[in-house]
Amino acid sequence: MSNRLLLATFEHEDDLLAATTAVRKKGLHIVDAFTPYAVHGLDRAMGLRQSRLTWVCFICGITGALGMLWFEHWTASVSWPIDVGGKPWNSLPSDVPVAFEAAVLLGGFGSVFALFGVSRLYPGKRAHVIRPRITDDQFVLVIGETDAAFEVSVIERLLRDYNAVETEEQIDEGGRIR
Amino acid sequence: MSEQTSPLRPPLVTGDKTLGDVTRDITAPMAGKPTGLWWAAFAISSTALLIGVAAVWYQIATGIGTWGLNRTVGWGFDITNFVFWVGIGHAGTLISAVLFLFRQKWRTAVNRSAEAMTLFAVMCAGLFPLIHMGRPWLCYWMMPYPNTRGSLWVNFKSPLLWDVFAISTYLLISAVFWYVGLIPDLATIRDRSEPGWKRRISAILSLGWDGSARTWHRYETVYLLLAGLATPLVFSVHTIVSMDFATAVIPGWHTTIFPPYFVAGAIFSGLAMVLTLMLIARKVMHLEDYVTPKHIERMSQLMLSMGCIVGLAYGTEFFMAAYSGNPYEQFVFKNRAFGPLSWAYWTMVSCNVLIPQLLWFKKVRTTLPLVFVIAILVNVGMWFERFVIIVTSLHRDFLPSSWAHYIPTSIEIATLIGSFGLFFTCFLLFCRVAPAIAIAEVKGAAHLPRRGGATAVSEEQAA
Repeated sequence: MSNRLLLATFEHEDDLLAATTAVRKKGLHIVDAFTPYAVHGLDRAMGLRQSRLTWVCFICGITGALGMLWFEHWTASVSWPIDVGGKPWNSLPSDVPVAFEAAVLLGGFGSVFALFGVSRLYPGKRAHVIRPRITDDQFVLVIGETDAAFEVSVIERLLRDYNAVETEEQIDEGGRIR
Repeated sequence: MSEQTSPLRPPLVTGDKTLGDVTRDITAPMAGKPTGLWWAAFAISSTALLIGVAAVWYQIATGIGTWGLNRTVGWGFDITNFVFWVGIGHAGTLISAVLFLFRQKWRTAVNRSAEAMTLFAVMCAGLFPLIHMGRPWLCYWMMPYPNTRGSLWVNFKSPLLWDVFAISTYLLISAVFWYVGLIPDLATIRDRSEPGWKRRISAILSLGWDGSARTWHRYETVYLLLAGLATPLVFSVHTIVSMDFATAVIPGWHTTIFPPYFVAGAIFSGLAMVLTLMLIARKVMHLEDYVTPKHIERMSQLMLSMGCIVGLAYGTEFFMAAYSGNPYEQFVFKNRAFGPLSWAYWTMVSCNVLIPQLLWFKKVRTTLPLVFVIAILVNVGMWFERFVIIVTSLHRDFLPSSWAHYIPTSIEIATLIGSFGLFFTCFLLFCRVAPAIAIAEVKGAAHLPRRGGATAVSEEQAA
């Protein structure tokens, strides 16, 4: 399937934000935006759903804490019970610090690796830099054709109102933006 | 779109910069050849590191008998240095995580180097317990792994083992936090460098980052999660370090005030180290427009507040000793202030409590050389704090017949010098190979004005 795409380049985050909001209000499909830094409010302007990575973190953290609590219990009172200063073998308060550290460790690593997974970030990946200045000082908005009403000239005029410095039409082949 | 920072606030980045200028200014120190000043600093710190390597080599080969410890004073320089370096690390996490949660945008100018500082300080800290083991090649015995001795497991009821987990988790999470923050900046370096090894390495490490808003959206979520995890982590680490002492029944150690007292002290000493490093780095690397006097002033205010908490803790300790009615406790504190090591105690009080009071004055906070001197003195004072807590509580214990004195040997002093060498060598290398300021974060927080007279179109106009 081939799709038409419209790439609009901006030089200020305010322009990108305003254009994104306007384009979305017109009912056009926003494929993605490319920015040199996290533009606050862009996720809302693009209508992105809240990330579910928080759940990954929560589940990993809980797994870390419960797993470590079980392990501490098992080593200290099942596998080889040793009397330490007359404390009970299964002394829960003294198990808390290490269980907490395990929760933080697993929660942190779990969410970072989940981020790498869902965003397909891995060492050796060829970066697909849509414009050379995208990691420096330019912002690109990518609009996709969804129906016959995709009138390039009209949209281009709209984008010029928001100080788009350049617009370019592309044919999207295999879901890649050039 | 509305301004995200009030125009009434002083700008985070001065000098009328564009986004492109920010990239150029921050990556500039990495591009050219190192300056003479950098080489001089590197020569000094790597010499100190070599001294440390020689000293550590000797004491491991010979044994811990090369230290000045005796049967009464069983912990001295080594544990002092350990607690000192762990503490230094804490300000990095405070700036990168706690201030992030409190939405303090000025943190963007210093968080990258503060996080690097954390990483190197925790590395230095980790060395000391390793050396203290006497047989560091068996350090893996601290990890609970199935073994042929039973399996004999580690003692999860011991604060010393909690420390193993706390410090290693702290090191790993700090490293991940730092690396995740670096990814977008590494992509910036990748796209700006000529084909060659620098580009290839930054391409591998930036993981194919393309600046997609969808990735940024997830990235921000993970960054917030890491900040949320690192905040309780940083408090737990020094709490657990303090429990190494507080769970022992030694007068002077056995108090419930230790966890908050240690955490405040850690952040205090760490802020002093951040100030020391940043005041030098901004000059040497020409980053005066990014680390402005305003940033220095805010860090000074934080340092002052932490110093006051530490001062309150010193007072509380004395009050509790008097109020407890325990003669051993009372003796330890009298001995601390007026005994043979009283010079260390009063150095600590003057450097940590009295001198930082000067920071109440705006004139002092904005006179950068003065802030630098105060920061150095706080570093000295905080090292002495740990020395005072450890050595004065031990050297005159319950039985006067076992009282002893502690004098560090040259080997112990050389190890301390070596740890400073390791820290500064790592920091100097970091300044050369990675952007010392988080480029993407500064750009996001500064909300730089537009150039070229183009005006924003409001939504209503366009509609």
